Amino acid sequence: MAEQKKVRFVIERQDGPTEKPYTQEFDVDYRPGLNVVAALMEIQKNPVTADGKKVAPVVWECNCLEKVCGACMMVINGKARQACCSLIDNLKQPIHLAPARTFPVIRDLLIDRSVMFESLKRIQGWVEVDGTWEVKDAPIQNPYTAQTAYEISHCMTCGCCLEACPNVGPQSDFIGPAPTVQAYLFNLHPLGKFDAPKRLNALMEKGGITSCGNSQNCVEVCPKNIKLTTYLAQLNRDVNKQALRNIFDK
Amino acid sequence: MANKPENKIIVVGGGLSGLMATLKICEGGGKVDLFSYCPVKRSHSLCAQGGINACMDTKGEHDSIYEHFDDTVYGGDFLADQLAVKGMVEAAPKLIKMFDRMGVPFTRTSEGVLDLRNFGGQKNKRTCFAGSTTGQQLLYALDEQVRRWEVKGGVKKYEFWEFIKIIKNKDGICRGIVAQNMNSNEIVSFPADVVILATGGPGQVYGRCTASTICNGSAVSSVYQQGAEIGNPEFLQIHPTAIPGTDKNRLMSEACRGEGGRVWVYRENPETHEKERWYFLEDMYPAYGNLVPRDVASRAIYKVVVHMGLGMHNPNRVYLDLSHIPADYLERKLGGILEMYDDFVGKDPRKVPMEIFPSIHYSMGGIWVDREHHTNIPGLMASGECDYQYHGANRLGANSLLSAAYSGTISGPESLRLARSGKLGEALTKAELEDARQECVAEFDKIRNMNGPENAHKLHHELGDIMYKYVSVERENIGLTQCMKELHEILKRWDNIGVTDHGTWANQEAMFVRQLRNMIIYAMAITKSALLRDESRGAHAKIVLDDKGERVTDEKGDLVFMPRDDARFMRTTIVTFDAEHEEPEVSYREFEHSLIKPRLRNYAVAKKE
Repeated sequence: MAEQKKVRFVIERQDGPTEKPYTQEFDVDYRPGLNVVAALMEIQKNPVTADGKKVAPVVWECNCLEKVCGACMMVINGKARQACCSLIDNLKQPIHLAPARTFPVIRDLLIDRSVMFESLKRIQGWVEVDGTWEVKDAPIQNPYTAQTAYEISHCMTCGCCLEACPNVGPQSDFIGPAPTVQAYLFNLHPLGKFDAPKRLNALMEKGGITSCGNSQNCVEVCPKNIKLTTYLAQLNRDVNKQALRNIFDK
Repeated sequence: MANKPENKIIVVGGGLSGLMATLKICEGGGKVDLFSYCPVKRSHSLCAQGGINACMDTKGEHDSIYEHFDDTVYGGDFLADQLAVKGMVEAAPKLIKMFDRMGVPFTRTSEGVLDLRNFGGQKNKRTCFAGSTTGQQLLYALDEQVRRWEVKGGVKKYEFWEFIKIIKNKDGICRGIVAQNMNSNEIVSFPADVVILATGGPGQVYGRCTASTICNGSAVSSVYQQGAEIGNPEFLQIHPTAIPGTDKNRLMSEACRGEGGRVWVYRENPETHEKERWYFLEDMYPAYGNLVPRDVASRAIYKVVVHMGLGMHNPNRVYLDLSHIPADYLERKLGGILEMYDDFVGKDPRKVPMEIFPSIHYSMGGIWVDREHHTNIPGLMASGECDYQYHGANRLGANSLLSAAYSGTISGPESLRLARSGKLGEALTKAELEDARQECVAEFDKIRNMNGPENAHKLHHELGDIMYKYVSVERENIGLTQCMKELHEILKRWDNIGVTDHGTWANQEAMFVRQLRNMIIYAMAITKSALLRDESRGAHAKIVLDDKGERVTDEKGDLVFMPRDDARFMRTTIVTFDAEHEEPEVSYREFEHSLIKPRLRNYAVAKKE
C-alpha cells in the first residue's frame, strides 16, 4: 500500500484573550474532499503535534458545515473564509490557520464577533411589525426587488468582510460592510421602508457609511457573493439624500 | 400593570421554535432569558432548505387545509396526535403572512404573490419558499424581531451558554436551570417561573448526519435522565438525498425533486437487456413518483443499492438529476444548494447528475408533550424538534419549519399562562440553586481530570457507526438486541475517557465529553424503543426473522417486513429512564386519532383512488 499522504497544518494558537500567540504544526491524513473543519476534527481525535507532542485540541467554532451559519470563519492561508467549505485540494500546503484578529480572540481560532450583532441593533435591522399576531394580508411585493432582498438576506454575519476591510479596526469606528448593507435590505421592504430615515440617520453618525473607504475588499471575500460595494454605493446616495432632506425639513 | 410581578421564562435554544416562543412571551408581557450554544442567528433551523408548508392555494388547485391535514396524518402513518396536527395546519397560512410582514424574502410570482412548489407526499403545490434557503430566511426574520425585543429589554440573551440540567423545587416542579458559559466555563444556576426547552434534534447521536454539530440531543437526554418522558424516539427520519461526507452528510433538498429532479440508477432492462437509466421511484410509485415521502424514498434507494446491487458501488450512491432543467430556472429556484454541491463536491449539478445517498436527518420523536407543550414534569415545557409532536412515524418535507414555528406560538403563551396560574409552588431557594450548581461543578471538574486511554471523539465516531449499522433504514430484532449490548459497552468505555485539556477556559473537549454521555444514553432510548415495536410504520421498518434468526424473503427474493399493527402499536411509545440500571423503560400510551380513520399507506396510487 502506498504511504498515506499527509496534510501539514500550521495553526496559530492562543490560550486566552490576553495570552501570547504561538504556532503549532499538525499532520492530518489526506483524503479526497477533506476540508479544514474535517481536518480540525481529526486533530480532536488525535491531538498530537507533528513533532509528537500531546497537546490540548485546537479550539474553534463551527455549526452547520454547509456554509450557511457563518460560525467557522477564520483566516486560512492569509484570507478570511469559512473553514467548512475550504477544501484541502484547493489550498496551498502547508495550510496556515489563524484567528480573524479584527475581532477579540477568545482562544485559538475562536473569536468574539458580538460587535457585529450589536451593530445590527444600531442600524435597526428589523421590520417594525405590530406583532406576531394576524393583522391583515401582507403587502404584495415586486418580485425583482424581492430578489435583491433575497441576495442581501443571505448575509450570515460571518465577518469575512470586516476582517478584509482596511477601515475596520482600532483606527476607526466603522461598523463594517455587513451590518451597513443590512440597512439597505430593510429599506427595501414595503413595511421596513417606513423607518428608512431612522436607519439612514444612524448611518450618518460616527462609524457609519462615511467611514467606508471604498477599497472594495469586502466584495472580494464575501462567501455569499453579495454585491456589497454596489449596495454600499446605493446607501451612500440614500444617506446623502437624507442629509439634504434633514436640512430642508428643519 | 406596574405592580404585577414580572414573569421570567427561560427558553433554551434559539432556533425557530425558541425564538417564536420568545417573541410570544415578550408580547405577553413576560421576560425571557434565552440560552443558546451559539449566537441564535447561527442555529440549526437555518439548514432547512426547501420550504414551509401552508395551504395558501394560490395556484388554482383548490388546495384545502383539510388536504394538508390529511396528507400530514397519512404521511405520518397514523401515529401523530390528530388534534395537534389540525391546530398546526390551520395556523399555517397565518404564520406565512406573519413571516412575510417581517420581511422574509419569499420567492414570488410575476404578480408579486408568494410562489409555491411541490413537495413530497403532497399532490398540491403547498410549499412556500425563499429560494433554497428557506430556513435561513425564516430564522433571520425571528432573530431580527428578537433583537428588537432585546433592545426594548424583554430578552436577555445568554449566547455561548450550554444548558446542563433543570432544577426542581421541593414539590418536583421545574423552576430553573444550571448552565455553563462555554468560554469562561463558569457554571451558574438560573431561577425562572417556567423553562421551555427548544433544543432541536439528536442527529449527532449518529455522528455523520445532516444536522449541525450542535444538534446532539444532549439537553433532551439530560431532562430524560431527570424524569422527563420521551415519546416515539425510534422514529428517526432518514432523508433520501444527502451528499455523503466524512465530516457530515450535507442535505440536498427535497425541493430538487419538487422542481422536477429525478432519481435513477443504471440497470439492464429486463426485457431488452440493454443498459438504461432506471427511474426507480417513478416506476415503483407511479402516482407520486420522485415525490414519495422520505421514508418511502429512502427504503427504495436502500433496496436498489444494497439489495439489488444497482447503485454505484464503493461508496454506495444513486443519481439525483437536475441536468435536464434549464439552468436559469434552477438558479432562481434552487441557487443556494446547487452552489453548495459545487463547493463541496466540485461538480456542477446544472450539468451532471448529483451523487446522493440517504442520511439521518430529523427526529420525529422527542420529549413527550401534551398539546399545550407541557412535559410530564410541571414547569418544564418543550417545543420544536426536541418534542415528539405533529409528525407521527414520518414527517413530510417542509412540515418541520412549520411545526417549529407553530409550536413556539403555543409553548410561548402557554408558559406565561402557567407562570401566572399560581400552580408553580415555591421559587427555588438560594440553597437549592447553589446545591444544583455545585453538583454540576463537581461533575465538570471530574470530567476535565479524566485520564483514561479513550478519546471522546473516537468513541463518538464508534457510537455513530453502531447506530447506523443497527438502527437505520431497515431494522431487525437480533441487530437491535446486539445494539443495546454494544451501547452498554460504549457507556462503560465512556468512564475510561482521557482528556488532554484539563483547563477551565473554553474547554470544548470536557464539554463534549459531558454531551457524549448524554448522547449514548439517548441512543439507548432510540434502540430499545425500536426493539420493542414489532411492526413497520413510517420510518420504522422491521425485517421479519424466522425461528433460526434468518431474514425471511418472499418469492421474488425481497425482504419481508412486519406489517403495520394498529391493534398493538397505534400508540405512542413512552420511554422513561431507569437510573439504577441505566436502562430505558418502554411503555405505550393512547393518543388522539378520532378525526381521520387509519388506512393503509400506498403511494403507488393517488390518495382518493
